[in-house]
Order: sequence, then structure tokens, then C-alpha cells
Amino acid sequence: MTYLTKPKLHHPALPKNALGYTRRDYEGAISTLCAGCGHDSISAAIIQAFYELDIAPHRVAKLSGIGCSSKTPTYFLGNSHGFNSVHGRMPSVLTGAALANRDLIYLGVSGDGDSASIGLGQFAHVLRRGVNMVYVVENNGVYGLTKGQFSATADKGSKSKRGAVNSDEPIDLVLLALALGATFVARGFSGDKTQLVPLIKAAVAHRGAAFIDVVSPCVAFNNHPGSTKSYDYVREHNDAVNRLDFMPTREPIAADYPEGSVRDVVLHDGGTVRLRKLDADYDPSDKVAAMAYLESRRAKGEVVTGLLYVDPASDDMHAAMKTVHVPLNALGDGDLVPGNAALGEVNASLR
Amino acid sequence: MDARVKPLVSVNDFVVKFANVNGSGSASANGLFARAILRMGVPVAARNIFPSNIQGLPTWYEVRIVEAGWRGRRGGVDLMVAMNPQTWDKDVAEIEPGGYLFYDSTKALPPSKFREDVTLLGVPLTAICNAQYSDARQRQLFKNIIYLGALSALLDIDPAEIERLLGEQYRGKEALLESNRKALAMGRDYALANFACPIGVSVARRDAVGNRIFIDGNSAAALGAVYGGATVAAWYPITPSSSLAESFAKWCRKFRTDPSSGERRYAIVQAEDELASIGMVIGAAWNGARAFTATSGPGISLMQEFLGLAYFAEIPAVLFDVQRGSPSTGMPTRTQQADLISCAYASHGDTKHVLLLPEDPRECFEFGALAFDLADRLQTPVFVMLDLDIGMQDWLTEPLEWDDSRAMDRGKVMTAAELDAGRDFGRYLDVDGDGIAYRTYPGSHPSRGSYFTRGTTKDRYARYTEEGPAYVDNMQRLLRKFETAKTLLPKPVITPAGETTSAGVIWFGSTGAAMAEALAELEHQGVHLDRMRLRGFPFDDSVADFIAAHEHVFVVEQNRDAQLKMLLVNECAVDPAKLTSVLHYDGTPITERFITREIGEKARLYNVTPLTGARIQGAGARKAGGRAA
Repeated sequence: MTYLTKPKLHHPALPKNALGYTRRDYEGAISTLCAGCGHDSISAAIIQAFYELDIAPHRVAKLSGIGCSSKTPTYFLGNSHGFNSVHGRMPSVLTGAALANRDLIYLGVSGDGDSASIGLGQFAHVLRRGVNMVYVVENNGVYGLTKGQFSATADKGSKSKRGAVNSDEPIDLVLLALALGATFVARGFSGDKTQLVPLIKAAVAHRGAAFIDVVSPCVAFNNHPGSTKSYDYVREHNDAVNRLDFMPTREPIAADYPEGSVRDVVLHDGGTVRLRKLDADYDPSDKVAAMAYLESRRAKGEVVTGLLYVDPASDDMHAAMKTVHVPLNALGDGDLVPGNAALGEVNASLR
Repeated sequence: MDARVKPLVSVNDFVVKFANVNGSGSASANGLFARAILRMGVPVAARNIFPSNIQGLPTWYEVRIVEAGWRGRRGGVDLMVAMNPQTWDKDVAEIEPGGYLFYDSTKALPPSKFREDVTLLGVPLTAICNAQYSDARQRQLFKNIIYLGALSALLDIDPAEIERLLGEQYRGKEALLESNRKALAMGRDYALANFACPIGVSVARRDAVGNRIFIDGNSAAALGAVYGGATVAAWYPITPSSSLAESFAKWCRKFRTDPSSGERRYAIVQAEDELASIGMVIGAAWNGARAFTATSGPGISLMQEFLGLAYFAEIPAVLFDVQRGSPSTGMPTRTQQADLISCAYASHGDTKHVLLLPEDPRECFEFGALAFDLADRLQTPVFVMLDLDIGMQDWLTEPLEWDDSRAMDRGKVMTAAELDAGRDFGRYLDVDGDGIAYRTYPGSHPSRGSYFTRGTTKDRYARYTEEGPAYVDNMQRLLRKFETAKTLLPKPVITPAGETTSAGVIWFGSTGAAMAEALAELEHQGVHLDRMRLRGFPFDDSVADFIAAHEHVFVVEQNRDAQLKMLLVNECAVDPAKLTSVLHYDGTPITERFITREIGEKARLYNVTPLTGARIQGAGARKAGGRAA
């Protein structure tokens, strides 16, 4: 029940981050999703990531579309403004918000129906525009709120709970995001928080469009043996290309990993994402190789996870538009209104 | 020419129509024609009539030279400049008896192609061009300037004014200026040598323009958005609104770009579609920026779902709807006022929206700025309803003015200081009875004032609920807010008739241009009407009072289904039998002659005109002199 509030009493010994916030300060209302839903694990990872990043909760704006995934912003960052917009249109609302105030952190939360079906167009354009944001798709291959219809990311041949077989080709949002020009592309698994939390942290530190596809099994409709998005299937077929540690700029970077299996990528805020490679051949700065690798693994039925591509030198929409550094929503009459004398000159030019 | 028909004679009161081929470079020459007459102090009403096409299709430019200052179309053509063989027959047929036909006489045409009752003004334009220029492009472009030169002689337009305009246009490009001057002189010399100049219709210098300016509504509305403090524009190209967004970019480059750093105090996104456009506007406005989109009917259709969200979640948004011929793709380059209903009640469920109804470019500027104050104050979408006739045509309009003491009204926004002081914050809590609740901008306070914006039902504190009483409470508050809107919108303009009458007339928007003249003509014919020009929706209480005070009220509008009448009947609870529609919807702007005829006939039917003492004359009777209101 979203209107139930959690007890406000905190244990006095709860650890605090650099800003003095406890983990509780990053939580939201109690989830109304099904027990065991992968989405709740993602919410927990988001809470953990922002707590560890020492970001004041109110400096985050969380936006979503419609669906189970889009309900989740209620369940984290309770002191942030949230916007549950219309189905498939979160990207445009987020773009507008980002235009208005470049100083906030924008977290877009969507699902596979919201982003791959009704909202595929807006998904594409928000990535190619380089909006500075973290875009998370909580991907379960199924429509939960309307009781179990296939979504556009459901694998061909996968079975619904009622036994129907999906005959359509799936949309791989990760491949699309790479093709569309996202400058940070990752895939996680809701059941692997160790990998997901650093991915979210690195995405927040990235400047530009950061996309994370999180495979998130639906316990009600898509966690059965015929599904390729069940807990069991993903655990068995997960091919993690790297393990991540995210280190904010102020922490000393320990160099205790063996040569050849570690790679540091410095992000825009000076923070570093440290990739502990599982696959020695994987290079996250090579987009073409990343796409080929994803396809080759997909052909084998494997789900590739990890940081798949990052462009550390990327920039965002505001840089392309040459927008002033003061947030547009903070400009006043003096900045915006040319005044009557200027209008007199306009009049004179129109006679 | 038929000796029984006398050539038309008029100084400063006639209609010239240019029939051209789209993409032939005629627009520039035709614009010079209209502006040269304005520089002579004689008002014009000019309109482009153009196809939805880039090159090759017929296009017309109609210039009404009208010392009386009327801004509408009169109807009929006195001088046709027939430069397009494709439309020759139709163009020639359109000329008033006694009128004039200007044409390219290089190639002889059979007599059947001409009319007995018009004066022929044949100039061998192609021959002159071919003799002078070898380049095909030059031949085409300078042909336009040559006919302009010939017309200046035929109509007694001061060539010095055209040359001054050319000088302004080609400042710093002396070679171009000189070749244009030369072409102008060639046309002029030919006309002076071959015709008795001026012909029966001519232009004489006056001082009837004053300090008025010549500007299109889209450009003026975009300037209004700049003065209204808009910082975010998101749009998708669609005729006839595209030039509004492009003008905003132009004005922002001029007024909102830091000259040293190049930094921009604005952001413009050409979105992937109209859904994204309005989504961006809503996101930006939710986050505290002033934002707008510009679109036309098809775009409004696409935005419906988001408009319901903005209404229900109470987010400011400004939409400029430049209406065009509809439904569906309709007539993209023709004008109508046919989006009233789809905007007033946009989206599913119980919704109502605020509309502003500008009558000319000056009001486009004023309402364009005002819309942002209203949207912030009312926390709801505000539509500025232009149409193609106002939006894309240059109108002679009073100069634009701005009160420098005016400041943006950002409406009810609770600040961090107020939250710290312990003020109760309920996003949908009406604390003072006007139906408007306080909002907070995202990111303004670490622990207070955050809320979840949603399209689902919520209680006064923005908490999700599906409880009936909470839902009804919210919906009733939205109605109270709509009542508050009435008090903030521009009032209708009421003008009593010259004599006591039981009949009235109501109109809005671009109809006003022809209406002013039609009312003068009707009055001349003894038909007296009290007038009400609407400027906003929801309607002010005076609208119902006005209708109640009259036996018959004419409602003049430019759509088939009488959409304004529908709104009046629905919102003001008036007897529909009292309202008589006058509807013009063929895609051309409504004319004085149409209104005069329609109202004149119906008024006589209703006995609006007193039978004794009425001076009923033919519809062609004209009221001389006087300047349009």
C-alpha cells in the first residue's frame, strides 16, 4: 500500500554517508509489487547506489512511464520529486525536465513494454539526443499489470505462463541503444546486486545518455521453465563480461588487481569505474566489437551482462545546445525579457 | 474592350492579385509591391494563397489597397497579374467587370483566352528578359522585378520607394542592387512608353498608415513568448505553425544569446513528433521553466493524452495552435477556426482548457506573453488559438508595446524558506478557495515539499487513492480553478451599435478583420448590431448576459459545425434558438462581402432591420473613408 508510511524512527547506530544521510533517507514507500519481484531488487540497488554516491536525495528527479516498473520510483528516494507520466513517454518528459534544470540528476525508470513497445520511438530519440540521465529498463519480457501478455523483448519461442508461444522476434534494447548513440550502455540482472550497484553508480557519474537494461524476472507471469527471463534461465546463461567497482574521485585507487584483468575508466566527475575482466577479450570502448559480441552470445542463448560500452569523452544535450550554465528555470525577468526599448527597434524594422 | 463596360476607376481602393508559380521567386517582388504602397502611407491587406508544395504549383498573392484601413479580404479582383499559364482561365474569370488584366504578351494568345469587359495590359516580359539576360535563373528572377517596374508605372507607385526597399534588402550587395534597379527601370520604361499611365486604378500618397507595423502573427506570437519568459520550446514541423518556432529561434538569437560567450538563455528542440513535443513542454514546466510548443490541428490530435495529464496533474503548458483546414490532413495551407472543440475539451474524461483568441498579430504578441503568466498562475495548459490567416500573413497592426514594470507571475510556488517556516504543503490542497494549490519545484528542499506527480487519482497531499470522495473533491476543485480562470482572461470587447437594437453579433480571432468592415457596411444598410468580440475561454459572465440581452445573436466563425456556438450553448446555458450561425469554411479567409450578405439576408428575415427608415441598398454600396477599428 503506497500510502502506508514506513516508521520514521531510525536506529541511532545506522551508518551515515559523507552528507550525513542514512540508507533510510534514500528509501521510499513500501513496495506494492509482488513478493520476490525483480524490480524490488533494482529499487534496492538504486537506494544503495545513491547512498554510496553521497548524493542528496532531493537533487535527484525520478521519472517513469506506466507499468509495474514505472511504479517503482515510489519505492525509492522518497525525498525526490517523482513523475509518473504517460505510457511510453517518460523520455520526452525527462528531456524537458533536463532542459529546465541542468543541475539535477535525472533517473528514468521504465519497463520493456514502456520502452520497447509503446515507447520505442521516444526511447530512441532520448538516447540519440544525449540527454544527461540514467535510463533504467526493468526488463521482464512481460506485461504484468495487465496479466501476462508478451512484451516486445520476449524471446522468440519463449512460453507464457498459460502456454502460448511467442512467435515474434525480440527487440534487444542494448543493441538498439548502442546503435542509437547512447554513450554508456550496460546490462545487469536484478538478482546480481554486486554487479548492478556499481553499474548504476558509474551511470550516474557518466555525462550523457546512460542506459542500463536490467533483466528482472516477473515472479507472477514470467518465472517459469519456458521463459528466458526467469531467475533460473538468467543465472544459468549469464555471461558477465566484467565485474565493476566504482570509486569516487576522493578515494585512493588501490592497485591490487593482477595486470591484464583490470581496467580503470575515469568518468566525468573524476570517479573511476574499475572493470575486473572476466573475459580478457572484452573492450568496452569498442562499440563495433561490443555489438558483434552481444550478437554472437545471443545466438548461443546467453545473456551478456556488465558494462558493455562507455565513451568517457562524451558530452550531453546542453553542451550541444550551448545552453547557459545557470539552470533555465533560475533565469529571471532581467535575463529573459528584452524590454520596451528593444521592442521599439523591432517595430521600426517592420515599417 | 466592350464599350458598355467602363474601366474601374479608384484611387487607393482596389484589389490586385498576382497569380504565380510556386518557387519562381515571385514572393520577393510581390512583397516589395505591398511594402512600397505602405511606404506611400496607404494601408494594404495582403495575403499569400499558396499550395502545400515546394515548387511548381500555383500560388497567389492578393494585395488589397485600402485607404480606409480595412484588414480583411474584400472579395473580387480588380487587377489580375496573370503570370501562371496553368491557372489562366480561372484567374481571368475572377476579374471584376471593368477590371484589368496584366500579362506576359510575348507569345500571342487567341482572343478566346481574353474577356471583352476587362482592360488588357500586355507586356512582353519574356522577350524583354531574353533580350537582356542569358542565364535562365536570372531570366526568371528578373521577370518578377520587371513586372513590378511596369506595375509601378501603371498604378503610379513611387519608384523611389521601391528603390529604397531594394536598397535595404541588398545593403552591402551593390551589384545585386544595381541589377534589380535596372530590371525595375526596364519594366517601368516599357509601361510608360506603351500605356497611358496611370490606369484607372492607382495609388496616391497619403498619411494613413501612421506608426503601424507590418508583421505576421507567428512572428509576433514568438516574440510574445520571448517577452513572456519562455526558455524551452519543443516542436515538430507542421504547416502553418513551423514559422512560429523558427521565429522564436530567430528572436532568441537576437535577444537571448550572450554576445561574448555565445551561451544561450533558451533551449529549442525539434522533437521526433508532437507527442514528444508536448511531453518535453510538460517536463520542463514541471521543473519550473516556461515552456511551449507550436502546432496545428493534427498535432493537437496527437497531444491529447498528454494534455489530459497536464490538466489532471496540473502542470503549466503553453500551446500555440495555428489552425488550418481540417479534418485529418485537410487543407494544410488554408485557414480555418476548426480546432476550438478539440482544444477546449482536449483529452479523454472530464477536461476543460483555457483558450486565448487573438484577433491580429498585435494580440498574438500580447497573448503570447500573457499565456505564460496564465499557465503558471492556473497550473494548466493554455492554448493560444491562431489560424493560418493571422499566423502566416503579414498584417498591418498597431506597434508592439511592453510595460517595463511588468514582472513574470510564476503563480503559487512554495519556496524552501516557506517550507522551512513550517507551511503546510499539499500539492493539491486549496488553501484560499481559488481552486489553485501550491506547487514546489523539484530539488528545492532536502526533506520537505517533494511529491509524486501522476496521472492517477490522488488526494490533496498527492497520495495515490481511488477513493470516490477524494476523487470528487479533486474534480470539484478543478472546476473552481476554471471559474478562477474566467477572472484572469482578457475580457470580451463589447461595442454597442450606433442605434438601439435587439440583435447582436459575436465573433473571435481573424474573423475580426472582415467583420469590422462588414459591420460598417451593414450599418450603412440600416442593420444595427451590438458587437462582442471574444478573447478567451472559459467565457466571461458578460457573454451570457450579452446573449440574454438580445433577441437574435449572430455567431460568425470559420468552421462547418459552428464550434463557437456549441461552446456558447454548452457553457453559457443559452437557448440555441437565439443564436444564428454565419459559417465560412472553404479554407479562404472570410470576406466582408460574405458577412455582409449573410447577416444582411438573415437580419431582414428576422426583422432586425426596422422597415421604416431603413436605407437598404445593394450589397455593393460602400461606405467611403473612415479608418478601420
